[in-house]
Amino acid sequence: MSDATADPNKVEAPTPDDPLAQAKALDNRDASGRMLAADGTPLKRQLAKSLRVQKIRALMLIAPLLIFVLLTFIAPIADMLFRSVENQIVSETLPETVEALEDWDYESGEAPGEPVYDALYNDLFLAAEYKNHTRLGTRLNYELTGVSSLFRQAGRDVEDRGEAYLDQFEELNDQWEDEVVWAELMGSDEWLEAQRAWSEDSGDRLPRFQLREGVAALLPETTRSFLNFVEFIRTEDRESPLDEEPWSRVYTALYTDLMNNDVSAYSGPHAELLQEAAAAVPDFETQTTKEFFLSVDDDWADPELWGTIQAFSPDYTSGYFLSAVDMQKTPEGAALRNEDERIYGLLFKRTMFMSLMITFSCILLGYPIAYLLANLPARTANLLMILVLLPFWTSLLVRTSAWKVMLQQQGVINDVLVWLGLVGDGSRLVMINNQFGTIVAMTHILLPFMILPMYSVMSTIPPTYVRAARSLGATNMTAFRRVYFPQSVPGIGAGSILVFILAIGYYITPEIVGGTTGTFISNRIAYHISSSLNWGLAAALGTILLAVVLILYWAYDRIVGIDNVKLGG
Amino acid sequence: MAQTAENDAFVAFERVQKSYDGETLVVKDLNLAMPKGEFLTMLGPSGSGKTTCLMMLAGFETATHGEIRLGGQSINNIPPHKRGIGMVFQNYALFPHMTVAENLSFPLEVRGMGKAEREKKVKRALEMVQMGRFGGRRPAQLSGGQQQRIALARALVFEAELVLMDEPLGALDKQLREHMQFEIKRIADDLGITVVYVTHDQTEALTMSDRVAVFDDGRIQQLAPPDELYEAPKNSFVAQFIGENNTLEGRIEEIGGNRCTVRLDTGDIIDANPVNVKNKGDRTRVSIRPERVEFNPDLGPEAHTLKAEVKEFIYMGDVFRTRLSVAGNDDFIVKTRNRADQHRFSPGERITIGWLPEDCRALDAS
Ligand SMILES: Nc1ncnc2c1ncn2[C@@H]1O[C@H](COP(=O)(O)OP(=O)(O)OP(=O)(O)O)[C@@H](O)[C@H]1O
Ligand SMILES: [Mg+2]
Repeated sequence: MSDATADPNKVEAPTPDDPLAQAKALDNRDASGRMLAADGTPLKRQLAKSLRVQKIRALMLIAPLLIFVLLTFIAPIADMLFRSVENQIVSETLPETVEALEDWDYESGEAPGEPVYDALYNDLFLAAEYKNHTRLGTRLNYELTGVSSLFRQAGRDVEDRGEAYLDQFEELNDQWEDEVVWAELMGSDEWLEAQRAWSEDSGDRLPRFQLREGVAALLPETTRSFLNFVEFIRTEDRESPLDEEPWSRVYTALYTDLMNNDVSAYSGPHAELLQEAAAAVPDFETQTTKEFFLSVDDDWADPELWGTIQAFSPDYTSGYFLSAVDMQKTPEGAALRNEDERIYGLLFKRTMFMSLMITFSCILLGYPIAYLLANLPARTANLLMILVLLPFWTSLLVRTSAWKVMLQQQGVINDVLVWLGLVGDGSRLVMINNQFGTIVAMTHILLPFMILPMYSVMSTIPPTYVRAARSLGATNMTAFRRVYFPQSVPGIGAGSILVFILAIGYYITPEIVGGTTGTFISNRIAYHISSSLNWGLAAALGTILLAVVLILYWAYDRIVGIDNVKLGG
Repeated sequence: MAQTAENDAFVAFERVQKSYDGETLVVKDLNLAMPKGEFLTMLGPSGSGKTTCLMMLAGFETATHGEIRLGGQSINNIPPHKRGIGMVFQNYALFPHMTVAENLSFPLEVRGMGKAEREKKVKRALEMVQMGRFGGRRPAQLSGGQQQRIALARALVFEAELVLMDEPLGALDKQLREHMQFEIKRIADDLGITVVYVTHDQTEALTMSDRVAVFDDGRIQQLAPPDELYEAPKNSFVAQFIGENNTLEGRIEEIGGNRCTVRLDTGDIIDANPVNVKNKGDRTRVSIRPERVEFNPDLGPEAHTLKAEVKEFIYMGDVFRTRLSVAGNDDFIVKTRNRADQHRFSPGERITIGWLPEDCRALDAS
């Protein structure tokens, strides 16, 4: 080739009747040695182009399935992984508290200072209006018992604190009761005009609230809480601030502002009302925020509580995972739970053990059947196959319940044993609502998943192998052990993986026949999803289960080799 | 065959019958006696019962009736693993999960042989089939021909005196086949083993065997050495099955000794050698090998000849094939050697053909 390309004459003028020269001329390359197609573009690119259409067509064929799998499988798994660490509820519900707590040190062993309680009052009042505080209480209650009721109680009582100030302001001058006075004090004239023109029946949107100029500097706290109030009634109730008396929180803020700021220079609407109040507030009956919270419950001074809030204030947490392995995220860091609170380690171990037992029983029971299926004449084998598949046509619930009937103490098996005199009537065997029951029922239910892969592998083993072994002098037993069995191992592998993975995540059967000692980790996951509503913990448990399965799968691949798993052919 | 000969035989089938379903006989009345060291081939169309016979001998099928003897002893009730018969299967049946060496040492292991001795024997067997370097490979890593050799070595390694081979070369290409035919024959001769060999391929049967048993319809149609089989087929099935063959149909006109005259359906008269026809007036099919026909023969005054028309002339290098139309048969083939003086016919030429009466065999008409 090199001599042909080296000689330009041959390349430029191939003699048409010399096929060798022609072939060499076609074998042209560019400067960097890439093959070129007939029209001079690189061959690779041409090939890619011609393959692209094919690829797009293939992609379109699998697109529906791909989308379906993405939506129903990948997305939920991703969501589960996310939920197992997600923890935005604390920082979303108590934003100011979380910020104020940053300076506080749990190690000090003392309750945090006044600013933290101020921030908490702010956050909690708003959360109580939006009814978010109980959710947060429930969340924190997973970590520290008692928090839930603490939050519920405080959520109720924050209202009372403002009421005390409200009453005193009203006593001073009942104009403070008038929502229009408040609107005129806080809102700009343009807004007031627009708001007065608005009527609820018109269906128009509420005009956007505008602050009166200078009021934010004059009464900062009051402005902030009034804005919260306006925002709330606008979005939640669709009410006009002209028709609604402000929250009690606003009066607390007004008290604080009048105590801290000088309003004598103010000359806007209701100036004399404000100045009258400013003169009166030093005589008001008052209470600091901290005092208020402590009066609600002593526990608000507990550093343990604040430590927990602090530990769970980041947006992402390892807390769920720690709980899932019987540990706890405490202010001091991760720690093992008390002996009597550790359940998940036990459940994981039990799930593994029982899944292995089920897999093992399936191998023992399934192998001979699969062997028969693969070696009987077709007619008989088909009949047997129908029997194997029969359970698939029966409801899972029915089969599981049938086992209940069979195994219970007044059930068929016990009756027969008593009738035979093998066990006394008083000492009937307990075979249900424990591990034994779960293993029996699940072995029965998962057996077809073991038999089918075994059968499909065995049916590809030609009978000549065993014949050859026999003709070489092996007894039936040796021929089976040395020649047939090793070739059927891939089927056992495939069946075992299938059964084990199905078993480890099984739910219905252990729920029905497992009692308390025969339940799986999945039952606990289901409990957290539907009863305790601790989805984060459920997600963490699920993630661990997924990881365990993947690790086992990996180990299996290392030890046996996944190429050795065959579902047939 | 005489009773004593039967008893002396190394392998003997005696009135063996076999039916799988209890309705049809797949093997009907099989009688066969093989001396030690013989290479016997079973040849026949598909479904004629060859594999069944082999399986009965190996012990994987039981004879429905009759007796099979090995070394003078009835083996009807001996299980396969105690018969000590080596077997090469059609698809080799090498154990895929064992290496070549493990495959070979398997029969020795199950016989409880020590490790050192096993290794020695495996090595020797591998060298015998010229595969000494391949002991560590898996069967899947070998070519078809190599697998075939290993299968052969495995059947021989435990020193079986009788080796059965069921179409062992069926999966190989022509060149490898011919090479392996030669190898198998050489090894069998060297070791002096007795071989029962099954094949579809008549060239294979003719070139390798001491004797060939032609099977059809569950019976041995003829059991004879290759040359006899080719030159003196006993009936028209064998004549047709072995080699190329021209046939003409007619009736016996006259019969006497080793000569008969046949009046063909077209009225022409020819001379033939009566093989399994007895009476004047019987219908017969005469059979002439293509290479025994002569053009414009000079056979003497009383010999009968036939008129023929050339239909086609095919040049095949070493031979010429001339297709003729003779006595109503348009597929009458004549083969002639490519000699300098051999005339090359062209279609449409009219010629005369003839043959020696002993080359033309008058057989049954079935
Ligand atoms: N296991 C069996 N059950 C029932 N019938 C069978 C069985 N094995 C073979 N037969 C029948 O017996 C007859 C002879 O089969 P056999 O395998 O001996 O033929 P063969 O001469 O070896 O043919 P081939 O050259 O195609 O291998 C066939 O008609 C076949 O259908
Ligand atoms: Mg066969």
